[in-house]
Amino acid sequence: MSKILMKGNEAVAEAAIRAGCRLYFAYPITPQSELIEYMAKMMPKVNGTFLQAESEVSAINMVYGAAGAGKRVMTSSSSPGIALKMEGVSYMAGAELPAVIINVQRGGPGLGDIQPSQGDYFQATKGGGHGDYRMIVLAPSSVQEFADMAAEAFDLADKYRNPVMILADGMLGQMMEPVEFKPAKTQEEIDALGNIHNSWCICPNEDGDAKHHHEINSLEIDPSVLEKHVNELYEKYGRIERDEVRFDTYNVSDDNEILCVAWGTASRIVKSAINELTAQGKSVGLIRPITCWPFPYEAVAEAIGPKVRKVYVFELNTGQMLDDVKIAVQGKVPVTFWGKVGGIVFTPAEIKEKLEACF
Amino acid sequence: MEVIAKRPESLTKTPFTYCPGCLHGVAHRLIAEAIDEQGLINKMAGVAPVGCSVFAYKFFNFDMAQAAHGRAPAVATGIKRARPDMHVFAYQGDGDLAAIGTAEIVHAANRGEHISVFFVNNAIYGMTGGQMAPTTLPDMKTTTSPYGRKVDDIGYPIRVCELLATLVAPYYIERVSLLSPAEIIKAKKAVSKAIQYNKEGRGFTFIEFVSTCPTNWGFDPVKSRDWARENMLPFYKPGVFRDKGEGVE
Ligand SMILES: Cc1ncc(C[n+]2csc(CCOP(=O)(O)OP(=O)(O)O)c2C)c(N)n1
Ligand code: SF4
Ligand SMILES: [Mg+2]
Repeated sequence: MSKILMKGNEAVAEAAIRAGCRLYFAYPITPQSELIEYMAKMMPKVNGTFLQAESEVSAINMVYGAAGAGKRVMTSSSSPGIALKMEGVSYMAGAELPAVIINVQRGGPGLGDIQPSQGDYFQATKGGGHGDYRMIVLAPSSVQEFADMAAEAFDLADKYRNPVMILADGMLGQMMEPVEFKPAKTQEEIDALGNIHNSWCICPNEDGDAKHHHEINSLEIDPSVLEKHVNELYEKYGRIERDEVRFDTYNVSDDNEILCVAWGTASRIVKSAINELTAQGKSVGLIRPITCWPFPYEAVAEAIGPKVRKVYVFELNTGQMLDDVKIAVQGKVPVTFWGKVGGIVFTPAEIKEKLEACF
Repeated sequence: MEVIAKRPESLTKTPFTYCPGCLHGVAHRLIAEAIDEQGLINKMAGVAPVGCSVFAYKFFNFDMAQAAHGRAPAVATGIKRARPDMHVFAYQGDGDLAAIGTAEIVHAANRGEHISVFFVNNAIYGMTGGQMAPTTLPDMKTTTSPYGRKVDDIGYPIRVCELLATLVAPYYIERVSLLSPAEIIKAKKAVSKAIQYNKEGRGFTFIEFVSTCPTNWGFDPVKSRDWARENMLPFYKPGVFRDKGEGVE
């Protein structure tokens, strides 16, 4: 298939439909509006459900219902709306429901602004909702990757019966890049996917089994039963941490004097700066977490070459992933941070200047 | 031997957790009987609220979801949209539906969502120990209105059926009471109609039960019913507010 020039918001929506998503519930917010509008236009064409909910709270609870009924379902929003969805995310984690949530981050706190930001890393990875749960968090850095993550997010959600978030930002949502789509799932494949959860989800009792009684529930009033449930979740999270860590490296070698860590949009800019420094004969590497949870702790530690004097973290916030990097580095080399906030995106020249100062 | 009464198939054998004299159990039974009668048990799904009926997911003998506080109509919407071939209801208390879940119920009704909602109004937060509800009557004492509900400060109780009846979409809205055998028989007819309309895919159906909470009202079950008759029914008048099937618009 040939490449199409598309906005990230539209590309991920198209990719989700191709991945078999037939239910989408959301509430409008900038800078993700192209996503909800694309769904409004396209879902009816594939006999899917598009519903503009009365709030993000309602949207995520509709997702809870549809996921509880075993179908591929998605919602999307931007930072203030994602905050409202956190109630439902916690309930879905507790009830072990598969669903995909997209956050096209904007500046905060509060109403903030509508420009790109990475201010929701803590919210996404450190439990934005209540209780002891984890959510798989995928961070794209291009429109192509944003689109590819739709299918991956649904597969991970189904595999682990857990909510999965794609943590993008206003830059990735709004910018246009060429994107190539995977072939759309056939109706047969979608029907099959819609039945993989029938052993536990809300579904018709086709053969009139007298014992059929599925419960979608996060309540365990008996502390010993809840303890067992939370421990089982913890074991599941352990399997995810073992098997699903994803990251990317750029220019990482034994010659590196600086190792950068950056995710999403920030990592693209760091890459450009590294290219310029390489031309000057300065060796700087980059490791980019693709899964923010599970975080690639070991990979970050291993990427620190023998000559690395400093690990430099760049984010579009005041230092959030920084905490995870410090855990990974364990004090072996100094960790420095620089970021920009307010929805302002740093430039390659600014990053280059920061890095040059280290030589 | 002729069987004149038995546990409906739509109820599990799990014993109810309700206080003696509580009417949640009666409401459950009416819903279960209606589902049995319509032969819907294998295509039914229900949504339990947060409140004393939070364990309803264990009591109904088909697939059930437990919803966050107030969100049952949104969860029911998600289930119904994902499984249009199933029949879905939400069961809610007055705090759940008329306070924290006001947006969810109004918009589910306004969409004409093809679900049934059963609303148990006991004018109080039962589960959390008797706090004031949006339905608590004027001057009624609760643990958070210890001097009585002051309407100048906190407003008047909300009449949900009347509120929803301002919307165009709902297909059927009726308020019934559960205070005597005769009223329960009448209530059963309303529940059966709601489930029948649900089966036929007519649209949004809503039944409010005027109920009691002996434990938190501080009366025995008999006195609770008398109190409800004297105080609740004049404010929450039973009646049909909408029945498009019978031409009541
Ligand atoms: C978000 C949230 N807020 C508050 C509570 C605590 N809570 C549990 S039940 C309840 C009130 C339920 O009252 P009602 O809906 O009238 O049901 P009843 O118990 O009277 O049947 C409250 C406030 C909660 N579980 N979740
Ligand atoms: S507290 Fe009230 S509503 Fe709850 S079970 Fe007891 S009597 Fe029923
Ligand atoms: Mg109540």
